[in-house]
Amino acid sequence: MLVIKSLGPDERSKGVEKSYLMANKKAVFNVFRFDPDKEKEPHYDTFSVEVKVKMSVLEALFEILEKQDNTLAFRFSCRGAICGSCAMFISGKYRLACETLVEKLDPRGIEVAPLPHLRILKDLAVDMEPFYRKFDRIMPFFQEGKQKVEREYIQAIRERKEIDEITDCILCAACESACPLTWTSDYLGPAVLTKAYRFVADSREGATKERLSLVDGEDGVWRCHTIFNCVEACPKRINQTRAIEKLRKGLFARKLGFK
Amino acid sequence: MRDLPYNQVLVVGGGLAGLRAAIEAADRGVDVAVLSLVPPVRSHSGAAQGGVNGALANAEDGRDDTPERHAFDTVKGSDYLGDQDAIQIMADEAPARIIEMEHWGCPFSRTKDGKIAQRPFGGGGFPRTCYAADKTGHYMLHTLYEQAVKRRVKVYMEWASAYFVVDGRRVGGVVAFHLPTGQFEAFQADAVIMATGGYGRIYARSTNAIINTGYGMAMAYLAGAPLEDMEFVQFHPTTLLGNNILMTEGARGEGGLLFNAKGERFMERYAPTAKDLAPRDMVARAIQTEINEGRGFPGGYVNLDLRRLGKQKIMERLPGIRDICISFSGVDPITDPIPIQPGQHYSMGGIGTDVWGQSELPGLFAAGECACVSVHGANRLGGNSLLDTVLFGKRAGERAAQVVKGKPAPRNEKAAQAALERVRKAYAGLIAGTGKEDPNQIRDEMRESMFELVGIFRTQDKLVQAVRKLGELSERYRRVRACYDGKKFNWDLVRTFELGGQLLVAEVIAKGALARQESRGSHYRVDFPNRDDQSWLKHTLAHYSSQGPVLKYKPVTVAKWQPEARKY
Repeated sequence: MLVIKSLGPDERSKGVEKSYLMANKKAVFNVFRFDPDKEKEPHYDTFSVEVKVKMSVLEALFEILEKQDNTLAFRFSCRGAICGSCAMFISGKYRLACETLVEKLDPRGIEVAPLPHLRILKDLAVDMEPFYRKFDRIMPFFQEGKQKVEREYIQAIRERKEIDEITDCILCAACESACPLTWTSDYLGPAVLTKAYRFVADSREGATKERLSLVDGEDGVWRCHTIFNCVEACPKRINQTRAIEKLRKGLFARKLGFK
Repeated sequence: MRDLPYNQVLVVGGGLAGLRAAIEAADRGVDVAVLSLVPPVRSHSGAAQGGVNGALANAEDGRDDTPERHAFDTVKGSDYLGDQDAIQIMADEAPARIIEMEHWGCPFSRTKDGKIAQRPFGGGGFPRTCYAADKTGHYMLHTLYEQAVKRRVKVYMEWASAYFVVDGRRVGGVVAFHLPTGQFEAFQADAVIMATGGYGRIYARSTNAIINTGYGMAMAYLAGAPLEDMEFVQFHPTTLLGNNILMTEGARGEGGLLFNAKGERFMERYAPTAKDLAPRDMVARAIQTEINEGRGFPGGYVNLDLRRLGKQKIMERLPGIRDICISFSGVDPITDPIPIQPGQHYSMGGIGTDVWGQSELPGLFAAGECACVSVHGANRLGGNSLLDTVLFGKRAGERAAQVVKGKPAPRNEKAAQAALERVRKAYAGLIAGTGKEDPNQIRDEMRESMFELVGIFRTQDKLVQAVRKLGELSERYRRVRACYDGKKFNWDLVRTFELGGQLLVAEVIAKGALARQESRGSHYRVDFPNRDDQSWLKHTLAHYSSQGPVLKYKPVTVAKWQPEARKY
């Protein structure tokens, strides 16, 4: 397994970095490079990028792609923190490249690396297929209740609130990458379990029983070690651990015969 | 020879329109696949914020709303260029499509009595916009993706479409380039549904995702399908200063107000009745006028002030844009006004279709932003685009399924191989380029020119200049430098290839705007400031030719509502 070390200090803490940026108007990017079909080992390339006001790391990657190195591989789409394409490991933290402003990082050495522990396709682009396929194991779609309604289902504001945070998930896989249980086992992982809970917690949904069975078992909710890496990694500030705990609670109640 | 992949229906694009079309085709028992540049949930549909229109009459002050009123507001909003038969269909079917999304699990926000919540939007007479906080597109997109997964719709991910497989005029598939591997493939199909979205990235200052190059429109245009009403480009009034991320119209729907640098509520001067909730074209022009006449802030912006809403309402109804403001701009709308400026947002024009998504080419359908039915006419109302995607996406899927079930087109392997060869050659040509021109430079100049010269305020002089500039850029594009020859995620190659199509689409927009000597909706000619129904109550149809677009026109369908002066 590839271990990526952070190359420099993370958030700007003292004035020195800011004055560096003011004086140079440039930031140094150390970008992870690897083509597993051509190279034995990854390396970092260093680029100096002119920093514009409110420039994001994603914009900096485009500057590099367009002006310095047209071979750089990375993913992108919305540039507005909603599509989930550009989750990366940037200066020691899981972040979306698009919403990470260069001015918030130490400009003397910004490290840009792919999501750790996922197979690297090239440079910053990782193989997302295994992550997407995992969702199939939890019946990842809404099932209507038995009671058919003509108009919308009636759902109280407080019931809707229960699914507010967990429906924010953008499937960026930061939590998947951060969870050590996913590295070595067939664990469903925080994103998939959060998705399962999104349905279980929805007052309108009709397949709670079946879905709870799907997240039971040693590769399901019981493998979570409650170390909160997922919560720390999530760019949407979702509490996956809470969702997993709620699923456990549901299963536990059922096993004890409460439901 | 190995068999080429084949599906009865191939949908290009995995956003809302594409997924809805695929779901419909699957439900009708047809073998359907989605071919998409990005995984479906990465599509730009997810960036839609404010909501989706339908006369559900759920809001307390919206009980009298009807599809009829929705239709009228849309007709008036379109500055009478929308086809009234199509608009009637859209307004009538809207409630069913929205309820369907709810039954599929879309987590709409709720009223006190537990129904789908609705908010007021620009140009609408009632709170008609069904919303899920300010992330309606995100929720709808994930909901539809789930439903596509449920139906086991095949998705070909990360394929960049290049050209159609064509047999005479009949479209019989798509040739595409696989980003992760650099492989070329001809995907054969009896019907192709284009759902590739808008062309925002032809413009500087666009709210659109980086992937929204408009290449899908170029593909249809090159194959002989006319592009309709392309001169009508929507500029959203409120995009975040600097990177132009959308600040939903819902912010004003919930009570946010616009102020210039002198602290004036300037919208009162431009639209005395509707004020800040006038239609987008009017508000965008008002803001730009304030800026141009020196009443904006230095750097060219005005303020969108949400502070009067209070913390709780902002956190409940507009949490998404608050996050965006904090992350991207360092501004918290709870305590500070949001600096905004108008930016390109939406294309009213697109591949011309009938109300079933059928284009002029047999086998080719289109839905969503890349299509022009036309329901938005010269100016789209906020909340009508999400509606358009699911509603006309469904209709396109339905009709395509009927067509392929009835009489499948004979597959033409030869045509598929020829198209594959054509794409291979085009890509190889870019790799073997011997010129000196930088494609990125050409793209930047195109985007700046379009915003400056084919923007909110247009004149004969500017448009002539734009056409000349685009001609020069196309000339330079022929002498582009060699592209990277790598196989994996070769953005240099794909983006340079698509740039050729973008230049064609830009030319269609500029020439359509130059020809239309009137002002209507989003198309504002300073030198022809009035609407001219006598000469211009008609749709533009741009046909491809090697000498540039050939512009033809067709009448607008007027039914219940005769054109009147548009006052708000």
